[in-house]
Amino acid sequence: MSNRKSKNNNLMHAECLSQVQRILRARFCHQNPHSNLFGVQVQYKHLIELLKRTAIHGESNSVLIIGPRGSGKTMLINHALKELMEIGEASENILQVHLNGLLQINDKIALKEITRQLNLENAVGDKVFGSFAENLSFLLEALKKGDRTNSCPVIFILDEFDLFAHHKNQTLLYNLFDISQTAQTPVSVIGLTCRLDILELLEKRVKSRFSHRQIHLMNSFGFPQYVKIFKEQLSLPAEFPDKVFAEKWNENVQCLSEDRSVREVLQKHFNVSKNLRSLHMLLMLALNRVTASHPFVTPADLMEANQLCSMDSKANIVHEFQKFIQRKAHSVYNFEKPVVMKAFEHLQQLELIKPIERTSVNSQREYQLMKLLLDNTQIMNALQKYPNCPTDVRQWATSSLSWL
Amino acid sequence: MAYYLTRLKTRQTYSWVGKPLLDQKLHYQTYKEICVKIDGCSDIHIQVGQFVLIEGDDEENPYVAKLIELFEDDGEPRSKKRARVQWFVRFCEIPVCKRHLLGRKPAEQELFWYDYPACDSNVSAETIIGPVQVVALAPDEVLPMDLKNEKTFFVKLSWNEKSFKPLSPELFAELDKPKEGSPKCQKPIEAKTKGVESPSSATTEQVVKRIELRHSASKSRQTPRAVTPTARKRLELGSVPGMANTRNSQQPSCDSLGSPGRTKKKVASSEVTLPSKRSHPDRMDTASPTLRGPQKTGKVQLICTQGENNKASYERHRNLRTRVPPLRSTEISDKRTLCPVGGGQKSSTVPSVILKPENIKKREAKEPEALNEASSTSHRVRRRSSLLTLNRIRQQLRFLDNGKCDQEEEEFLPTAEISVSSSDSEQEEVATPPLTRRAPRSVSRNLRSTLKLSLEIPSKTPQKTPKPRTPFRATPQIRSRKLAAPGPSNVLEEARLRLHVSTVPESLPCREQEFQDIYSFVESKLLDHTGGCMYISGVPGTGKTATVHEVIRGLQQAALTNDVPPFQYVEVNGMKLTEPHQVYVQILEKLTGQKATANHAAELLAKRFRTQGSSRETTVLLVDELDLLWTQKQDVMYNLFDWPTHKEARLVVLTIANTMDLPERIMMNRGLTRMSFQPYTHSQLQQILASRLKHLKAFEDDAIQLVARKVAALSGDARRCLDICRRATEICEFSQQKPGSPGLVTVAHLMEALDEMFSSSYITAIRNSSVLEQGFLRAILAEFRRSGLEEATFQQIYSQHVALCRMEGLPYPTMSETMAVCSRLGSCRLLLVESSRNDLLLRVRLNVSQDDVLYALKEE
Repeated sequence: MSNRKSKNNNLMHAECLSQVQRILRARFCHQNPHSNLFGVQVQYKHLIELLKRTAIHGESNSVLIIGPRGSGKTMLINHALKELMEIGEASENILQVHLNGLLQINDKIALKEITRQLNLENAVGDKVFGSFAENLSFLLEALKKGDRTNSCPVIFILDEFDLFAHHKNQTLLYNLFDISQTAQTPVSVIGLTCRLDILELLEKRVKSRFSHRQIHLMNSFGFPQYVKIFKEQLSLPAEFPDKVFAEKWNENVQCLSEDRSVREVLQKHFNVSKNLRSLHMLLMLALNRVTASHPFVTPADLMEANQLCSMDSKANIVHEFQKFIQRKAHSVYNFEKPVVMKAFEHLQQLELIKPIERTSVNSQREYQLMKLLLDNTQIMNALQKYPNCPTDVRQWATSSLSWL
Repeated sequence: MAYYLTRLKTRQTYSWVGKPLLDQKLHYQTYKEICVKIDGCSDIHIQVGQFVLIEGDDEENPYVAKLIELFEDDGEPRSKKRARVQWFVRFCEIPVCKRHLLGRKPAEQELFWYDYPACDSNVSAETIIGPVQVVALAPDEVLPMDLKNEKTFFVKLSWNEKSFKPLSPELFAELDKPKEGSPKCQKPIEAKTKGVESPSSATTEQVVKRIELRHSASKSRQTPRAVTPTARKRLELGSVPGMANTRNSQQPSCDSLGSPGRTKKKVASSEVTLPSKRSHPDRMDTASPTLRGPQKTGKVQLICTQGENNKASYERHRNLRTRVPPLRSTEISDKRTLCPVGGGQKSSTVPSVILKPENIKKREAKEPEALNEASSTSHRVRRRSSLLTLNRIRQQLRFLDNGKCDQEEEEFLPTAEISVSSSDSEQEEVATPPLTRRAPRSVSRNLRSTLKLSLEIPSKTPQKTPKPRTPFRATPQIRSRKLAAPGPSNVLEEARLRLHVSTVPESLPCREQEFQDIYSFVESKLLDHTGGCMYISGVPGTGKTATVHEVIRGLQQAALTNDVPPFQYVEVNGMKLTEPHQVYVQILEKLTGQKATANHAAELLAKRFRTQGSSRETTVLLVDELDLLWTQKQDVMYNLFDWPTHKEARLVVLTIANTMDLPERIMMNRGLTRMSFQPYTHSQLQQILASRLKHLKAFEDDAIQLVARKVAALSGDARRCLDICRRATEICEFSQQKPGSPGLVTVAHLMEALDEMFSSSYITAIRNSSVLEQGFLRAILAEFRRSGLEEATFQQIYSQHVALCRMEGLPYPTMSETMAVCSRLGSCRLLLVESSRNDLLLRVRLNVSQDDVLYALKEE
């Protein structure tokens, strides 16, 4: 009887857990605009006011959102757009154009994409755009036609803005900024970039037309806030179906955040990077260890996850590497030449060593100059970890590397 | 039938006769008699109990009704004089589908007592046209055919929307009574009728001719095949007015003709325009059994031409519509004001309804008649003013359009339903609350509902028209916004609006000298009919393009007043081209509208500018961002500078670029007038701001001075200056606690804005970076100091980093972590790093000065 009960319990747990994992994974992996914003209220207000003015008053604007990777630039703009669309008078009044510098790799593609997103291709029926030039003049014409009070404002969101600055002549940027500075269709040009020197990339004419508004996202929170974020990210929402489980889970999260070892792990993680994405990575690894028999995240999980995160990638292949070191060391007397060559190739494949210059065809393999892509400390560490290291290798290591 | 139109020339005044009787129950005053005074003619007195003609949407067949009550109602906004009537219907007003119920051919002058209580019987007294004679016939009496007196109608049956019934005896007795009274009133009317008839018929022929002339061009290119469909269309249309008087559910069909008229009730003077429109459909009134007019078969030819004319103008109208969409709204409003009378109310004119029983059958016969009528009115219209004519044509065409729509509607929808649904909503607006005890009407005489339909029609028309083909050069447009943009609500918003770079100021302060120079340069070239080239240089944001635009605007104004010869203005922007040679394409297209490939366009332009053009007007060409037109062979720039030197070209080229020495670089400095725009000084910037903020106290004087000085020191870019001020207004607004009463923008606000825009973000970025990142930067500094170089490999830095960590007793990071940190800093461009392909040996540099890094790290 009790057996069955516990089984039932387990089943229920399993169900809950799969749900938990789904919710949390979605939270960690997707940038959904539903989550809260951390420490960017000022910047958010600036942005939303700007967008509102564009939407409602038809004021043209341009702004750059600058911040390191993972600082929530996209999240910020998505949040702002979401809020904007919730305002009735604004949502009907807005056209959005999303561009990404990684996708729209030149102005021609970008223009086509803009035309598509503005639904302007309908205006020309099934006319196929001939040239880039035609396309550009078509779009400019379209945007020029409007005026401040009558045309629907267009919000251009340029992700990876710095890549647009590498387009030839920066034609697209010039024109977008030019529109934002002349009495044409109201536009808001919002660029997202992680480069702090973005303004230096802009050509002087383009730069002059840019309004120089910059919103900086700098992850400017401290450790206490980091812990709070950790807590918030891991807790289950109030609308979770199984209230009891959710309560327990959240309690556990609270305990975690107060646990000393967890705090240590977090501190360490925080020291390495303030990036929220890396925190998500850590939590994801910990979450993966949650099973029916192990329903809650424990400090140990987090520690392990942290280890996984901070593991030296080259240490993974240490034992592999060891064998070759050993062989190399012995090769002088023990091994045939082909064996040594094979080992050498293997090392090259693992990119632990690398030819200095491009392999020239005529030089013999034996005489190629190579460079070692390992630090001495790494070799020493590896040797220490390697249990049955031949003594002569160890000898070699201590004698030839220790002087460093 | 032209006599109905007499009303159009005259102005009627309606006045009560006799003392009012106060109706206790309903609180309004009733009268026994109304007097219609017509300019220059005698009065008509109409008493309660008489039969009257009431203006409807069909000029030829006014409604017939018996006057039951006359009263004054203050609740009615447009017409206080009201009348309650008992309606009669003509056979043609009965829906086609019900006509067979009669079981015999109706007599020409036959009416039916309208036994349908739901019909609105409350009309404006001013829609009364005049008295008429109605004779009730006993069921056994024979309807008199070929009656001499055309003003007499006969009533034998009643119609209640379902069936025809003989008149009840009481009703019969009642109807018989007022017969005696009516002849008395007829004399003056007849006198009047004659007076009117003659001129209108006299002018008829002329007018037709004139119309023909007017349309001859369009007629000539019409193929017979093209004519037929329209002709048929109009025939169908023609059936519509026949039913327009129907007091039943054929409502939508009435819309086509009656709708515009219904919106205004008593614009008698401006009614001129309408009848012609109406009469066109009338002319084709084939379905209507009440056909009149002399048989003039010889005029078929005429109809034909008229039809063509009609079509031609129809087409023209189409064009008009497509070309000038904004006109549409005004058209509609015009129409409203110009058209006569509507609703259930019928205004009174001379009761000259004379139905001639003789000409019933011949269809062609009545068409010319109607044509005459049409043209006579149109003639009159043209005499009035050309504007009215234009309107008339438009309306006429609108009718054709509408008619088409309506037909389609008829096909698809049970029409009765439409009228019910639409009438209900409209009733509230127009009706007189205290008087009407109306049941919902599904009757066409309630014409108000059609207003709605007619208003919808413009939006429907595009669907009906054959799918518009894409014009050769589609000029697309961003869709217009749904909600209007609100104006500025406070001083700061107003200031922000004025400070926006896009706002075009009335004058360009501080560029007077440059303006004068450019203006006189271009003006002299224009006056001399020669060409010339000017090179304008200056850093961005110094007003180069704005000044040139201002000059061009000024010259265009001057050209309008003939101060300078007219010229053609073409503008191209190097930045708005995808490729330098595209400039030829753009210039050619803007000059001539031709499209050509770049090479061909270059040839054409060269030909144009190098050969003698016969008294061509001068072309002013503005080339913005000239430096973008640099090509390997420099052919584009060469041509731009070369063309003006040809005597025949008469081309003035104004080129704008940033660099001063561009002409030297391309070795093209012969005959070039140069001008250089200096960056604005702080006092100039201050002046610019002041002129933009004229009479608007939004900034402290010190604040303006601060921003002017700051920007002048940095770049002298006016755009920057305006942007900073705009941002400052925002900051000011945010910082204001209570909304609505924003204070002045102070120095503090401006400082904040300046900081935001100009402060380097590197230091904040370093301060906000993680511990490991900061440690890495420290290691870099240490390594640089050790090696004395500004560059180090990752491996070196890593060892430094580990050493530093050891020193401070921190756990030192793994190689991978450090690598991640390095690439992160690299992506922010705090560091300049090689591609990560080089792994440990990748070289690292600082993108910030070492002092900055030290400063940023020390603060912690």
